[in-house]
Amino acid sequence: MADVLVCIKRVVDSTGEVVLTEDGQAVDGRYAGFTTSTHEECAVELAVQVAGATGGQASVLTLGDADAVEQLRSALAVGCTAATHVEADPARFGPADVAREIAAVVRDHEAAGHPHDLVLLGNDAADSGDFQVGIRLAYELGWPVVNGVATVRVEDAPDGQSVVASGDGPEGHETYRVPLPAVVTVLEGGVEPRYPTVPGRMKAKKVAIEQRTPVAEPAGAKRVRLLLPPPAPSNVQVLGKGADAAPAVVDLLEQLGVLAR
Amino acid sequence: MILVLVETDASGAVEVSREALTFARDLSSAGGGVPIDAVVVGPVPPGLREQLAAYAVRTVHHADGEGFAAFSGAAWAAAVQAAREAAGSVVVTAAGTPRGNEVLAHLAARLGVAMAANVLSFGGLSPFVVTRQVVGGAALEEMRLDERPAVFTVAGHAVEASPAPSPGPADLVECRPTLSEADLVARVVSTDEPEPDLSGSLKSARVVVGAGRGAGSADGFADLLELTDLLGASLGVSRVVTSLGWRPHHEQVGQTGSRISPDLYIPCGISGAIQHWAGCATAKNILAINTDPDAPMVTKATHAVIGDLHEVVPAINAEIRRRRGA
Repeated sequence: MADVLVCIKRVVDSTGEVVLTEDGQAVDGRYAGFTTSTHEECAVELAVQVAGATGGQASVLTLGDADAVEQLRSALAVGCTAATHVEADPARFGPADVAREIAAVVRDHEAAGHPHDLVLLGNDAADSGDFQVGIRLAYELGWPVVNGVATVRVEDAPDGQSVVASGDGPEGHETYRVPLPAVVTVLEGGVEPRYPTVPGRMKAKKVAIEQRTPVAEPAGAKRVRLLLPPPAPSNVQVLGKGADAAPAVVDLLEQLGVLAR
Repeated sequence: MILVLVETDASGAVEVSREALTFARDLSSAGGGVPIDAVVVGPVPPGLREQLAAYAVRTVHHADGEGFAAFSGAAWAAAVQAAREAAGSVVVTAAGTPRGNEVLAHLAARLGVAMAANVLSFGGLSPFVVTRQVVGGAALEEMRLDERPAVFTVAGHAVEASPAPSPGPADLVECRPTLSEADLVARVVSTDEPEPDLSGSLKSARVVVGAGRGAGSADGFADLLELTDLLGASLGVSRVVTSLGWRPHHEQVGQTGSRISPDLYIPCGISGAIQHWAGCATAKNILAINTDPDAPMVTKATHAVIGDLHEVVPAINAEIRRRRGA
């Protein structure tokens, strides 16, 4: 039986055009909308799968503004059964600050008789791209950490439970086996996140979310400002429109030497 | 002193590590020519020392042995930490690979300093300000690294790898970090051969035919697959195609899929969101087929056809067959 805590981040949906706020300190989400950071949708799915396979529980945590409750409800709708919201302006929190806040929640839950065996996070946040919160969290807790894996399962071992996690490394598909408690960071691609069902959504609305405030003043992210990369000048050569362009395309294929056969 | 974690394969230092060494040399020049050391973990491939000498490396700190037989981010970080103490480094850097980011994140956590991932360039030295990729490369962040050592990884292709005008000694010294039990708990227990690449070696393909939302449905790929077959190419798709379940995830090109560098990429009905661009930016030639002449994929392409892929692709297929006399 494994108790899993999955940590997620509300981020601006950056599949379209990215716009910055006027002060250059953040990505503007007013038009693009918000979503759960890419890898964390898979982390939620893995948390729910591990909880299901071991008869355990999956809880979800976020540090974010008041609107981040939307992302917590999404995770509750697909199988998480408890949620914690550390309400704060995430832009003021650097990766070390976030790791410290998550560690405080884990410790408090343990002190309250609800210890977590496994903490899952995304490998990196889709917005700040710091690649380090999970690792810093592990050092805060004194737990081992496996980084950047696509699949996670929990097995019973003679001396307790272990997490078996796999992902692609430079020399092939790598597997780690680590005793719990542990931290694991997830890359998308190993599992398909499930869609919430209507009863799932109804159930999610009724879950009481644990509301917290940060335990410490953040040191910050050391951000000076955000910039947009300069637009590259377009040098595109248009070969034509519609089906009539086919001969010009095949000329190009011949010229590039990719048509030989 | 600047310390660079160098990743190796059978042929020596990997290209992105040579890029990090080049970045370190630019930083060294700006700082009055401080020495550059390298740290290498595991077996030293033949020719590596000569290669590092060509990049003006002063000392190669080499950690090897039982503790490093299987990868552990914490153990590697212990090696980098020991090399950093030996060298007195005020800057520690690595390539922004999964390993590089992981090991330096461990190092930063152990030292209680900040880490900047995927740096493209540096501005001032005092304060030390770096510019790095955020939002998957769609935006840049200027970030201060006030603590010492300054720890950061260098984004792939931020600079072009180039040997130094005059070589360094690249003296090899043993690096023997004390590894605790905790450093070895989370280590790789088995490595399997890479999964058979079901997408026809997408990552190494010379020609890739791409398909995006414009394919229209799971049934909209017949002409694209025929073109793929006619060119002996691989099929690559955008994230929306896998999200909608039209094609399997292993065919995805982009920030969270495969990164491809073919001679020719033919994205069809792909608008070119930054996440997708991150996976195909290094293609030598891009022929975009799209109904929207202003789509980012079209403006960034070398060549384009404006039109519906369902009209253009069958016409190309027919033209190829005609010229082959079939």
